[in-house]
Order: sequence, then structure tokens, then C-alpha cells
Amino acid sequence: MNNNVFIALQTSDEARAIIDAILEDTPAATRSDFPAMVQIDAPGRLVVRRESVSERLGRDWNLQELHLSLISLSGNIDESDDEFCLVRG
Amino acid sequence: MNKQASDIAMKGADTAKTTPRKLGLKERYNLMTRDLGWDTTYQPMDKVFPFDEFEGIKIHDWEGWQDPFRLTMDAYWKFQGEKERKLYAIIDAFQQNNGHLNVTDGRYINALKLFFQGVSPLEYAASRGYALAGRNLRGVGARVACQMQAIDELRHAQTQIHTISHYNKFFSGLHENVHMYDRVWYLSVPKSYFEDAMTAGPFEFVTSISFSFEYVLTNLLFMPFMSGAAFNGDMATVTFGFSAQSDESRHMTLGLEIVKFLLEQDPANLPIVQRWIDKWFWRGYRLLALVAMMMDYMLPKRVMSWSEAWEIYFEKNGGALFEDLSRYGVRMPKYHEVAQKEKAHLSHQIWSTFYNYSHAAALHTWIPKDSEKDWLSEKYPDTFDKLYRPRFKHWEDLAKKDERWFNDGLPMLCQVCQIPMVFTEVDTDPTRISFRESDYKGAKYHFCSDGCKDIFDYEPEKYVQAWLPVHQIFQGNCGGATLPEVLAWYHFEPGVDNGDYDLSPDRANWDRWTGTRAAD
Repeated sequence: MNNNVFIALQTSDEARAIIDAILEDTPAATRSDFPAMVQIDAPGRLVVRRESVSERLGRDWNLQELHLSLISLSGNIDESDDEFCLVRG
Repeated sequence: MNKQASDIAMKGADTAKTTPRKLGLKERYNLMTRDLGWDTTYQPMDKVFPFDEFEGIKIHDWEGWQDPFRLTMDAYWKFQGEKERKLYAIIDAFQQNNGHLNVTDGRYINALKLFFQGVSPLEYAASRGYALAGRNLRGVGARVACQMQAIDELRHAQTQIHTISHYNKFFSGLHENVHMYDRVWYLSVPKSYFEDAMTAGPFEFVTSISFSFEYVLTNLLFMPFMSGAAFNGDMATVTFGFSAQSDESRHMTLGLEIVKFLLEQDPANLPIVQRWIDKWFWRGYRLLALVAMMMDYMLPKRVMSWSEAWEIYFEKNGGALFEDLSRYGVRMPKYHEVAQKEKAHLSHQIWSTFYNYSHAAALHTWIPKDSEKDWLSEKYPDTFDKLYRPRFKHWEDLAKKDERWFNDGLPMLCQVCQIPMVFTEVDTDPTRISFRESDYKGAKYHFCSDGCKDIFDYEPEKYVQAWLPVHQIFQGNCGGATLPEVLAWYHFEPGVDNGDYDLSPDRANWDRWTGTRAAD
């Protein structure tokens, strides 16, 4: 079954913390690098956790700051104050 | 103040001396969006919103609308303001440091010309379209999403004009994109596409643009192409591109939501929505033929081929999307398998067309360099060497004899997508042009494909009114019967804006500025 979800982020410093956090919190995720862009694919579910990103940035990171680094995504969104999930299937 | 809000305000007052309770995201969103809507009392709702029923869509409960991104208006302004500050700082730096000289090659600018002539006016059209859709949908969640998107699209049109104005100081073809969009033959392709959507009802409009275009197809434009801009040293374009695309993520989720919402509301909506998905997949795919050419031929350094991008973004991710939607009874768009078969031909056929007609286009064309032809062979092993390399060789030989080939005949256009009839029967004989036709009220209409013919046959009264550039030239509505007259009407400067790149002032300037001589 094809239930792939993805998120694509810019290659800025802040986005690097988000990318690292996603890859740690979503063990099945795979990363592809393009010029100026990183795409992360995962089967079924991918998560961005506020705490994991804050820890890496060393400051309180508001989950909606994701909009500043986001390029694209695919999947159904489930968003709360602490987690932003992409899910499918 | 309604009850929920006053309860919260009271609670806030009670606990003011301790810590005020912080609202959760969902609560905050509800108060700042849904709660701002009201039912009209001076006039019945049906009279205030007269256009959200005639398409046959049945909505029983607008409260069933889910907004995936719970972005309130105040947060929206905050984040959009931050995006603008970043973008304009980069545009300033780009202008001050002669950023245009850092792109890989002067040929690259022609991709920007096509983008600015054909895509930026669509952003403005989208702003108008969403303002209209927001006015015509009575559900408050949908109206807030349309309002934000209308503002986003206006921002995209503006940031693109501001960014590209720097290139306009140094290169041709960027001087009058809005005028050109309304008149030029190849720009009638994007223009007619968008006007088809805007003249539909509000649900069809949102399904066509938010779902079929933004969700299913725009990743093909913005991801590989903008990443390609970065790869080719165009700091300004990649920045506005990704700044726009971060808004697109919200637009895409609106697209997915509208489709799920319509399908959950009433089973009678399914056949209507499926027909829109079929129609707008095909319309959008045909429009993206221009993007296929940009990716394979116009970027001096390439990120991925059109064929690879189609596999990643349509076959893999689009496939997952439609599997997900199959629970509602939705199937893959009709003729997706044709698009899959055409992927090894599309960019070559479109670039050849522009090569033929670039004396009538406000961008320059060229024969790919040998290393670029080899890249095309590698990416298109089954088609390039066999069908397209020999054609380029022929034209190259003619150019060496000072007989650069331009086609002086006007092509027949497809009545629906308005692209010249250049697509071929890839299944049976890829050298044979694909022709379809329908008779309607005593006249014959021509199409490039079964996809376009189906669209016409369902709504012939709409498409018989199409403003087809070639017909208009023959009818004498485009400045005159000769090429110079038509080009003057387009506001093109002959010998500057049009023709072969090698012979263009753009190339002479580029060589002079960068100190390079034409090696090959």
C-alpha cells in the first residue's frame, strides 16, 4: 500500500533543527537533499514535535513558526500546540 | 459577545490576579475565525449567497468543515510579515550586489521570462478568484481560508513583480507581462485555464485550483523549478519562490479539505466532484507542459528531469493521495495513464514548438549543447535519441548554414487547452500528431487529446466561446495580418525580445558583462 507522506523544508539554520527533530521523532523517515531544499518522506505518519525543535534551537519554538521554513507537504494534517502530524491510511 | 467568548472573558476576569488561562490552539482558532461569522437576518441567507447551490452540490452542515492549519488572522499577519521582511532583505542584497550576474548562464533568464509572463498574472487572477469564492461560500471556515488565500496570492503577484523588476533592467521580454498575458498566443494557455476556473461556480473553482492544481500538481512547478533556480544561482527567484510555496502548503490543505468535506456531506456530491477532478487534472496537466520544458531545456543546471518529477510528485505522492481518497469512492483522475505515457515526450515536443515559433515569442530559444543532449539521452533513453535528437541535429545544421528555421505558418490550436496541436499518439505512433474532433451546431472543433475532447463535449457552450489566438489573428483582431503587425500589437520589440538566443542582444550583453566568449 502506498501511504507516503512528505514534508519539504528550506535549508536554513532554523529548518535544520526542524529536520533533525523530525528524523529523530519519525524513525521510518527518509531524507532527500536538493538544492536549497530537504524533503522528508515517511510511510503513514510523520511528526514535528515542538519540544524536540525547541531543545535543538535552545529557545521556545512555537509550532506555527513552521510556516517560515515550510516549502510543501503531502498528507492529512493533525495540528495541536505540541505536535504537527502528517498522516495517511 | 457570544456566550462562549463571554464565559472565557469572565473566567479571565476571575483569575486575573493569578495566572490567566492560556487558550489552546483549537479554542483560539474557533474564537478568532468561526466565531466571527453570523447568519444574516435582514435578508435570507439564500439571497445573500445565491451561487453556492446551482452546481448541484449539497451541503447539510457547514460546521463539518475542518481547517487543518489552525491559523488565526493575527498569527497570519505576524508570520506573513516575517516572511516579507526576510524576502525583501534578500531582494535588496540581490540588487545591490548585481545578483543577476551570478546566474549560471544568460539562457536561464528565459525561464524567468516565461514564469513572469505566464505564471505571475495567474497569481493575480487567483487573488481575484479567491476573493470571489470567499464571497460566494456561506461557511465561515471556507470563507476565512479563501480570504487568506486571496491575500496570499496578491502578495505572490507583488513579490514576483518586485523581484523580477531587477532583471527587467538588464534583460529583454520582462517589460509588460500583463499586456502580453492578455494577448500573446502561448500565454492564452495559462490565461484561458484560469478563466475557465473563475467562470465556474464557487465549488468547482475551489476544487479546480485548490485541489487539482495546488494539491495534486503545483509541487511539480514550485519544488523542482525553484530548487533549480537555487542550483542556477538565482537567489532572488528561489527566495520568492519558496516564500510563496510556504503559503501554498496552506492552500493545498484547503484543496484536500474541500474535497473531503464535499464527499462527507452527501453521496450525491461524488459524481460531481469526480468529474471536476477528471477535468481539472487534465487541464492542469496540459498547462504544466510549459513547466516540463522549463525543467528539461531552460535550466542550464538541472535538478531532475520532468519524467523524474512526474514519478515523484504525481505517481508516488499523487498515488498515495488517491489511495487515501478511495475510501470516499474517488478514483484516480481519468487519463492519468496518458500523462504517464507522455512523460518521455512532453518537454521535447513543447521545446521544439517554441524553437519553431520563437520569432513570435518574447523569449529566446536555442539548440541544447552537446552535454545537454547527452543528459537528455540519459534521462529519456527510449525516446530522445530515436525521435528528438535527429530533429535538433537537422535544425542545428540549418542554423550553421545561416538558415535558422522559423515556422511561418500559424498552427491549429486545441479548442480547450489552446496549445498548438503538437502532441502525438505516444501509444501507437509517436511521430503522428494526435487529432480529435467534435461537431457542434454545424461547426467542427479540434482537440489535442481525448482529455480535452471530453471536457468540450460536456460543456460545449462554454468552449465554443474560447478566444483562440490563431483564429483571432486570422479574423484581423490582433493588429494586422503580418507578423510585424501582430508583434507590435503584442508590444514585442523584434530582434530584441524574440528569436534565437545566439543572435540576441541578451546574449551579446551577457558575454560582455561576464567576459565569456561563445565557446560552443
